[in-house]
Amino acid sequence: MKLSISALLAFTLCAGVVQADPIRQGNLEVDGAWARASIGASRPGGAYFTVRNLGNEADRLIGLSSPVSAMPMLHETTVSEEGVSRMAHVEAPEIPAGGALVLEPGGMHLMLMELTGPLEEGGTFPLTLIFETAGEVTIEVPVLSIRATGPEE
Amino acid sequence: MRHAMPLTPLQKTLWAAAMLAAAGFAGLTWSGAPGASGPSNVAQDTFRPEFRLEDAAGRVVTSDDFRGRYLLVFFGFTNCPDVCPTTLIEVAQVMDDLGSDAAQVQPIFLSVDPARDAGMGLAEYTAAFHPSILGLAGSPEATQAAAESFKVFFAREDDAAAPGGYGMAHASALYLVGPEGDWLRQYDYGTPAAEILADLQARLQGHLP
Repeated sequence: MKLSISALLAFTLCAGVVQADPIRQGNLEVDGAWARASIGASRPGGAYFTVRNLGNEADRLIGLSSPVSAMPMLHETTVSEEGVSRMAHVEAPEIPAGGALVLEPGGMHLMLMELTGPLEEGGTFPLTLIFETAGEVTIEVPVLSIRATGPEE
Repeated sequence: MRHAMPLTPLQKTLWAAAMLAAAGFAGLTWSGAPGASGPSNVAQDTFRPEFRLEDAAGRVVTSDDFRGRYLLVFFGFTNCPDVCPTTLIEVAQVMDDLGSDAAQVQPIFLSVDPARDAGMGLAEYTAAFHPSILGLAGSPEATQAAAESFKVFFAREDDAAAPGGYGMAHASALYLVGPEGDWLRQYDYGTPAAEILADLQARLQGHLP
């Protein structure tokens, strides 16, 4: 999922940045994006969003890029029966036909590693999602309080 | 990731089974349920967790410093973007909602990644969630001793997909220690703040130990 800087720049320059929520791309709809404010830039940031598949065929999220992170990656938190939590890298998750890929606290999340600067509450940043079938779309992610637990209504 | 081969349903099932087995093994190798390996000189399920660690300013902090107050202890690490903030947000909510009773409860974030956390502004991290949360870190030995004393599991796991090339698997519950220093209970990961609050209030009002 780590993309080269040139690829990242190309995405930033070419992809149309759209603000309105939800955002339609092909048969997919991206909604409810938010990130938690970071403390400085030395620790990874966390962000969440939902992708709904309105079509009849499954799609896959095959790439991510954002100018705020040199290494954006999907991780899933798992908590074992013994209560031990771990994180696992998720590769190319499927968005089933008629279903959704949901990122939320305590489950799957976008980990923004190698932040290029702090994620400040009240700001926004572009995030490009690349889908196998639907192509790529860039959304604006609002940065909420460090104590936020979900997207703004 | 762009070259990832789609997995067949059977492959997915096998992977899921393998991961479950690995997680189960990790849990079994450390027989961590409270009471499973408790000190022999106290009644079953009654023990006193102890720690001797340092706060962000380098002051030594021990479990004895908090007698007379309840301790709400969470083990975590500051490079953890999901579970740790989620739990700290709940702790912050509980502390806000305790109002004037908050002085009788000390929340502690005990770092399981002390070498990295100590150099990364642990106090700044905990204060961002709530000013009352005390971040503690210590030597690897002191951290291991504290975890064993609480009978909790943590382990460093190398992971190329994690910041710095490793992550920490760690117990995700909140632990409650009473005013006498006794381990009272744990609140499992995901316990709503309101439930923790109600339990603490019942104790503070003398309805529970």
